[in-house]
Amino acid sequence: MAILGQPIDRIDGRLKVTGAARYAAEFAVPDLVHAVLVESTIGAGQITDFDLTEAQAMPGVIAIVTPQNAIRLSDKKGSQQTVHAPLLQDMEVHYNGQHIAVVVADTFDRATAAAARVRAQYQPGEPVTRMESALDQAYAPKHFRNGSRPPDSRRGDPDTTFATGAVRVQATYVTPIENHNPMEPHATIARWDGDKLTVWHATQGISGTQQSLAALFGIDAQNVRVICPFVGGGFGCKGNTWPPAVLAAMAAKIVGRPVKLVVTRAQMFTSNGYRPETIQKLSFAASADGRLVSMRHDGFSQMSMPALGEYSEPVGLPTEMLYDCVNVAVTHRLVPTNASLPTYMRAPGEAPGNFALESAIDELAAGLRIDPIDFRLRNYAERDPHENKPFASKALRACYAMGADAFGWLRRNPVPRSMRNGRYLVGMGMATSTYPTHRMPADARVQLGANGVALVQVGSQDLGTGTYTVMAQTAAAALGLPVGRVRVELGDSNLPKAPVSGGSMTVASVGPAVLAAAQSVRAKLFDMARADRWQGAPDDALRLADGAVFGPDGRMPIAELMARRGIDAVDATAHAEQGPEKDQYSMHAFGAQFAEVWVDPDLGEVRIRRYVGAFDCGHVLNAKTARSQLIGGIVYGIGMALLEQTHVDEETGRVVNSNISEYLVPVNADVPSIEAIIVPSDDRLSNSLGAKGIGELPMVGVAAAVANAVWHATGVRVRRLPIRVEDMLAS
Amino acid sequence: MQAFTLAQPATIDAALTAVASPGAKYIAGGTDLMQLMKNDVETPAQLIDLEPLPLSRIQADGNGLRLEAMARMSDVADHPAVRAGWPVIRESLLASASPQVRNMGTMGGNLLQRTRCGYFRDTGFPCNKRVPGSGCPAIPGENRLLAILGGSQHCIATHPSDLAVAFAALDASVELRDPNKQTRWLRLRDLHRLPGDTPQDETNLGTGELIVAIVVPATPAARRSTYLKVRDRASFEFALVSAAVAIEVRDGTIVDAGIAAGGVGTKPWPLPEVESALRGGPLTDKTLHDAAMQAGQGAHPASQNGFKLTLLRNTVFRALQIVAA
Repeated sequence: MAILGQPIDRIDGRLKVTGAARYAAEFAVPDLVHAVLVESTIGAGQITDFDLTEAQAMPGVIAIVTPQNAIRLSDKKGSQQTVHAPLLQDMEVHYNGQHIAVVVADTFDRATAAAARVRAQYQPGEPVTRMESALDQAYAPKHFRNGSRPPDSRRGDPDTTFATGAVRVQATYVTPIENHNPMEPHATIARWDGDKLTVWHATQGISGTQQSLAALFGIDAQNVRVICPFVGGGFGCKGNTWPPAVLAAMAAKIVGRPVKLVVTRAQMFTSNGYRPETIQKLSFAASADGRLVSMRHDGFSQMSMPALGEYSEPVGLPTEMLYDCVNVAVTHRLVPTNASLPTYMRAPGEAPGNFALESAIDELAAGLRIDPIDFRLRNYAERDPHENKPFASKALRACYAMGADAFGWLRRNPVPRSMRNGRYLVGMGMATSTYPTHRMPADARVQLGANGVALVQVGSQDLGTGTYTVMAQTAAAALGLPVGRVRVELGDSNLPKAPVSGGSMTVASVGPAVLAAAQSVRAKLFDMARADRWQGAPDDALRLADGAVFGPDGRMPIAELMARRGIDAVDATAHAEQGPEKDQYSMHAFGAQFAEVWVDPDLGEVRIRRYVGAFDCGHVLNAKTARSQLIGGIVYGIGMALLEQTHVDEETGRVVNSNISEYLVPVNADVPSIEAIIVPSDDRLSNSLGAKGIGELPMVGVAAAVANAVWHATGVRVRRLPIRVEDMLAS
Repeated sequence: MQAFTLAQPATIDAALTAVASPGAKYIAGGTDLMQLMKNDVETPAQLIDLEPLPLSRIQADGNGLRLEAMARMSDVADHPAVRAGWPVIRESLLASASPQVRNMGTMGGNLLQRTRCGYFRDTGFPCNKRVPGSGCPAIPGENRLLAILGGSQHCIATHPSDLAVAFAALDASVELRDPNKQTRWLRLRDLHRLPGDTPQDETNLGTGELIVAIVVPATPAARRSTYLKVRDRASFEFALVSAAVAIEVRDGTIVDAGIAAGGVGTKPWPLPEVESALRGGPLTDKTLHDAAMQAGQGAHPASQNGFKLTLLRNTVFRALQIVAA
């Protein structure tokens, strides 16, 4: 299996850099017309009427869909990815920027021009726009983790033991609304052929899209085909089937022609979820010898009005399992506001939750004058203390050790504000990272032709992470082929079914199915070889390589094996899913994050000068795409630490910076040299490839590592993200 | 974006004639105007493209620098005479936008770019600048990036240009041509207006009047100048606060100073209080510090941008230290 793990270039790289890779909005569908969304400009209330006179008179306008003429949709459940509102089914306005109409015209430009002329009359209400002012409305989520567990947990007696701590931290941490802003916006082309619907749709989950559209339009899932060969980034906002996709299909049905709907950058801020604001109240205590004696983590996350659905940011989950502490209580509450429905964003729960957790841990260590790594080691969880199970694998000690070594942690003077370089205050901070190893059932089909070319087919999707490449490597390894002789097809709901690409689980879910299908093809060829020549030969006496089965005394070309049977290919379909190990073991990836910041105390600027992350992410299938994901995750975390924030006008609930000029993400100048270390690790209990998730892990802990470094540099503890110039001016 | 027609006159006179047609507007590099049109903030019936005009020369001699209005930001920044004689101009340009934008953006267009205020740029909000009399939700709203100097109860939108701040420090002038083909000059410091109760009137340009060039005097102070920009993101972002400083020192005494700030004012903000505190003083850290602490007199911060006053003074001080070194 030498090809597995190799840092080969991504096999779709050339298609992407030459522009040949075709994304959802780029398919040439004959007779296509264009739809543009119209959004509300009030934050709450009722639409009383529309004035469409001017818009309808604009050149090229074909139809204007409003709640007054929209198709009535079914309220069938669909799938977990189905979003049921707002879909023009009533005149209610739940948030500013809500879709209230769709204009269809013969060109995009004409639809855009006409959309600006749609006038809505409102009976405005009073929007609730600030989470802080609605905390008294907080309620417990009804479907926390899709109903798999209660929103609260408790072990021991954290309340009584808190007072016994030699050092106590009681603090509130706040993380802002963030928007995903993938390069590729949401985009859908919808075409009806009778009651059959085809959509070319940018999504992280073609199967969820298929089920959602089928449910909403009341048709059989078999009659919906979803095509999505490439995705230009998702980060969670393409996980659900958001209203624009549904409205594209609705518009196509109304005008009787294929419709393309591309969401604008500004509309991306209210059309497809966001990471909700969180307010986290932590009460942690530790004994004089550095043992955690009490941890209480009360998490509040912002919600839309409940009519739109439910999403909880599960901020307390890492607090439950990361440290060996007897007394732990975690709660999750939702705070309703007049905002759109929030959703998963890269490391949902873990990213903001870990910021609070790992900041508070740093505060305790500082209070005890214990080295932050040492403090974490004193509380190292050998087993998962929440699930009370052994970890399937855990190489976190190695992450601390290798990360600290590469970073030069020993050079850190523990006294805050003690390290300088010229006029800059220098700070070194670290934090722990963790993310669960998820997995869902998946099917895959592998076919090996007599010509020695293999075809892998899975109804998964490549978000830009390298799924095409690592699935080719997986099949190539099992079939004894060079990667160049493996073709991979993804992104079509006609292919074998695979789960949503979220929760960092694509490799862990789809990889084992591809591996099993390829192994099944190999087994069939071995059986042919036994029948023809090496009767009774055990598996380990046979080998499939370079288009031939090698046996005890020579080779039999697969072309010959197939020709004798009058076939030109051998194929197999396999299903793979989690076995009973999930009940016996706790499955997590881990990491250690290290940041060096330089703070200019007069100008307030915080710049990250060096960064090291060491990760236990299981067996790595491609060292190059893995490293890219690790670095990308760290950059995402730098954005969370220092830059990203969606600003909402308090009076109207309208987003003020709905563009990527004023919604700041890191540019190259913000990103220092990053060293991403892959710690030796393998986890065959979690899946047959030994892989753990890698997409989200690297951003967990970055914000805390940076905030801890800022504290070390300046003595100022920032508990509200992003860390800003004005936070530093007082230092 | 709404439909428009495009005129491409070959001469300045033809452009000045074309702009008389109803709803006509000049377009230079288009890096800002195109954004505003896409957001329906600007809906011109016709664009007069200045691209074909012979207006992109960069000329320098012992008296000064003349930058024609269509000279590109990137070309000006890289010009050897600018590097040598007016480093603050080069630095303000290199701190602006991105290389791609600087390859399109022009001298004249840069001075006339519109505020980044998110309320102005979204037609879903009221805005006194965009729709006079409709109100200003920005003042009680998300005002962190907005101005602490020169605002009124109707508008506190920040002027976004870096280059204009450098020109203000250097006491540059703009050369204008009006539709009657008359030429006049205006000090850069007088080009932009305070919002008062007419925030929609942003400049003292007459109707259809065209910026032809910017003229910058050659002075010893200009040679000893720098631009310092503070921002949340290390690149490709507008200033939270910036300072353009130019000083001339003779025998250890500061004899001339040109100081202006960005990110804090509703227009490029000259700091005469700092200039006069510097002039005649010995070149010591104390002089620089005491002068810098004069900056921002009359500041009127909103709820989220009070930090800008401290930051302004620290930024001016740091910039002065840089040129003093």
